[in-house]
Amino acid sequence: MTAPAGGADAASGTGATSTGPMRLSVENLQVLRAPSRGRATVDVVDEVSFRVRPGEVLGLVGESGSGKTTMALALLGHVRRGLVIGGGKVVVDGQDILPLSPAQLQRMRGRQVAYVPQDPSSALNPTLKIGTQLREVLAAYEGDGGARAERLTEMLAEVGLSTVPGILDSYPHQLSGGQQQRVGLAMAFACRPQLIVLDEPTTGLDVTTQRRVLETIRDLCQSYQVAAVYISHDLAVVAEIADYVAVLYAGRLAEVGPAREVFASPAHPYSRRLLRAVPSLDRSQVLRGLAGQPPRPGSRPPGCFFQPRCEFALPECEAGPPPMTEVSPSGHSARCLRAGEIVALAGAPDGPGERPAGPGATAPLLDVRALSATYGRKSVLTGLTFTVPGRQCVAVVGMSGSGKTTLARCLVGLHPTWTGDVTFAGQALTPGVRRRSRDQLRRVQYVSQNPYLALNPRRTVRQIIEQPLAHFERLSSGERYERVVAALSAAALRESFVDLYPDQLSGGERQRVAIARALILEPDLLVCDEVTSALDVSVQAAIVELLRGLQHERGLSMIFITHNLPLVRSIADHVVVMNNGRICERGPVAEVLEAPKDGYTAQLLADVPKMTVAVGEG
Amino acid sequence: MTSNASLAVLQSAGRGRARRREWVAVLGRAVRTGRGAAGLAIVGVVVLIAAIGPALAPYPSTSFVTAPFANPSLKFPLGADTLGRDVLSRTLDGGWQLLLMAAVATLLGVAAGAIIGVAAAYFGGRWDTLMMRAVDVILAFPQLVFALLLVSILGPKIWLIVLAVAISHAPQVARVIRAGALDVCERDFVRAAQILGMPARKVIRREVLPNLTSVLMVELGLRLTYSILVIAGLSFLGFGLQPPTASWGLMINENRIGLVANPWAVLAPTLLIAALTIGMNTLTDAIARASLGVGRQADDAVLPGLVVAGAGQ
Repeated sequence: MTAPAGGADAASGTGATSTGPMRLSVENLQVLRAPSRGRATVDVVDEVSFRVRPGEVLGLVGESGSGKTTMALALLGHVRRGLVIGGGKVVVDGQDILPLSPAQLQRMRGRQVAYVPQDPSSALNPTLKIGTQLREVLAAYEGDGGARAERLTEMLAEVGLSTVPGILDSYPHQLSGGQQQRVGLAMAFACRPQLIVLDEPTTGLDVTTQRRVLETIRDLCQSYQVAAVYISHDLAVVAEIADYVAVLYAGRLAEVGPAREVFASPAHPYSRRLLRAVPSLDRSQVLRGLAGQPPRPGSRPPGCFFQPRCEFALPECEAGPPPMTEVSPSGHSARCLRAGEIVALAGAPDGPGERPAGPGATAPLLDVRALSATYGRKSVLTGLTFTVPGRQCVAVVGMSGSGKTTLARCLVGLHPTWTGDVTFAGQALTPGVRRRSRDQLRRVQYVSQNPYLALNPRRTVRQIIEQPLAHFERLSSGERYERVVAALSAAALRESFVDLYPDQLSGGERQRVAIARALILEPDLLVCDEVTSALDVSVQAAIVELLRGLQHERGLSMIFITHNLPLVRSIADHVVVMNNGRICERGPVAEVLEAPKDGYTAQLLADVPKMTVAVGEG
Repeated sequence: MTSNASLAVLQSAGRGRARRREWVAVLGRAVRTGRGAAGLAIVGVVVLIAAIGPALAPYPSTSFVTAPFANPSLKFPLGADTLGRDVLSRTLDGGWQLLLMAAVATLLGVAAGAIIGVAAAYFGGRWDTLMMRAVDVILAFPQLVFALLLVSILGPKIWLIVLAVAISHAPQVARVIRAGALDVCERDFVRAAQILGMPARKVIRREVLPNLTSVLMVELGLRLTYSILVIAGLSFLGFGLQPPTASWGLMINENRIGLVANPWAVLAPTLLIAALTIGMNTLTDAIARASLGVGRQADDAVLPGLVVAGAGQ
């Protein structure tokens, strides 16, 4: 049971199911950035209070830069270099761990408090066998070697790894990402900790693996009465696993409460917007992004941190930070002056939610027949056949390793060894870039996955965007500049961005620059490879709406590659489902997602974490 | 608020600021550290001696002005050498050719190595294998031995020494640059240029090379140190500038028999060469650290949640 420790008494948060003491109680936790090189002390995390009972999972939700990981480490009594814990308490089973000495903390970690990091592959030692690493954990915490072999089998069984043959003699790289994460969980649960902190443990796993890992975490927490803090930026995952949710914004809790209540009737405008940015599997809806960026430590506004981006802001909001206000006896509270009103809005219509029909399809623009590709001797794509109608968006979905990215690279000419027939606007498309006509090169453009790698860090936004133009057309520098500004505004960026360098931009802005670079040549087909997978959900929503809008206005065709099925529903007209380099199903989005004919598609759909959102439905 | 209006235009206020070229920035950072300042000061003094020394020399460097191995005196502050020439004058006059040769050899070697390394990384596959195996063959020879081999076959000509030293640098530079370029060539902005059908030479020049600036700077510094050592070494062995020309390496060889009589005839050029290489190495080290710092700051921006000055708002 979780209650905001700041406002109400502990007793007032007691619901029907809650008995027993708190496992974890965080009170007014504050983490500061130590002053250095002329920078003043600023708070990174402040006034964070929440409680977790044994056997329950608290989902800590926040976007990049909100202080999630700083929080997670602070729960272990640790801060990164340059930060200090400024105040507050982290009470685990009645003991405040913050005043402990480093040696005491060391003893407590693993035994009482365990941590599961985001990337399992970097958490395991690549040179040691799994068995050795698990034994090390047991030896470190239990000392005697007596029942160790039995405990080892038990540990593996707990995380569902006992059926994997020879796992103890495997090295980490021989296991899949899901298996590695299970080993991480086995280690974390080995000594029956009272509290376990999970820092985005399923990021990077595909949905099927993710669902199984989440189930394992839930079961273990319940059977051993472990309190868990599950940190994630993925609201749907948190909805799936958490009993309680705490929403972190700019280092403070915006809202905290029982998961069902927060998801059904959010009390803070930020939570409300976040929920509306999440695409749904059941409906093609307009996604709402959030304009602007969360304020960084040191430049946070004096009043409510969210006020500059808030649609509900009042003049009073600028005066001072609003207190935590309770909106329901279950402990649901939010740091907002209008929390009561906003809760009441739950389910109320809020503008157009359902997506209006797009432009009608025209003749096929891209026709792919029997496309096959190999890497060395390994076959990656086998006999792909599909078409992309004009003015339509075709989503290509599949898990990692299904060949999605290879397909994109084949189409844009980066993987020049494929076989098959690809016709673009009536003309054959050759495998390599070299033999394509200038017109073909211009009309097919590509936006890649990671906005942090997509832009040359040594060039300004202007240089980056005008490069394709300079290559294809002879224009004066003035004309080029005008086109750059037009492309920037098409990507919803201001002219003032032209002289910035990529490292001065946020992830979403970088992706917009990459889109502007693709748009400046006025292409007919845009190939988007996982363009939102590195972005926060609110930024993803904004980028998806941008692409959708551009597609409608300019009559663009689009191939949208993704592993995110709900996103497909919101952006695409047609969908191609890939598995192991083959197409296992294709058709109109509504048809495939509502009545999948292929078993693999059905499985994927069943594994997608689902979240019922009550806001933003028109 | 419709979705388009709400995300309509994002702000960029306060972020527009002019930026210096990367190599200027890295050099600036390096020199501001104690290590960099010390390195630069030492190198600066030696280079100054070598550059304006010939004009300051009190006697012609090849005239016999006193007795062989005369002790230092007011008239001859560093005494005389094996043939009775003024050691101070010869020291002042004997550096510029060494420095010039080392600089040219380094530039040639690093340029050739960079071209080979970037090309191998960019084209990959068979080209990569072919170039790198060729590089391995040259690498099998120790640098000095390789230069000696060329010079002893073709004769001690200045241009040949410079060329030999340059060639002996190229494979090592190629290895380092290839490793750096492999990473850059995999990035999406390089692909974005490739799918436009841009010629490789243009992609390399515009997209790849600017991202290797700091690696190239460190290589230049490091190779310059080696060039000085090898050329001075060759000169000591009698390949290089021929007597009676003054040259630091040669002076050490000529005067070592009189080490007891007038140690300055050996010590002066030795100290200068030592100071030059130590200074150059210290400066290069500072540059390497400074460029790492620059890189780390860029990486921080990639990690969500970390605070980076200047990247925010």
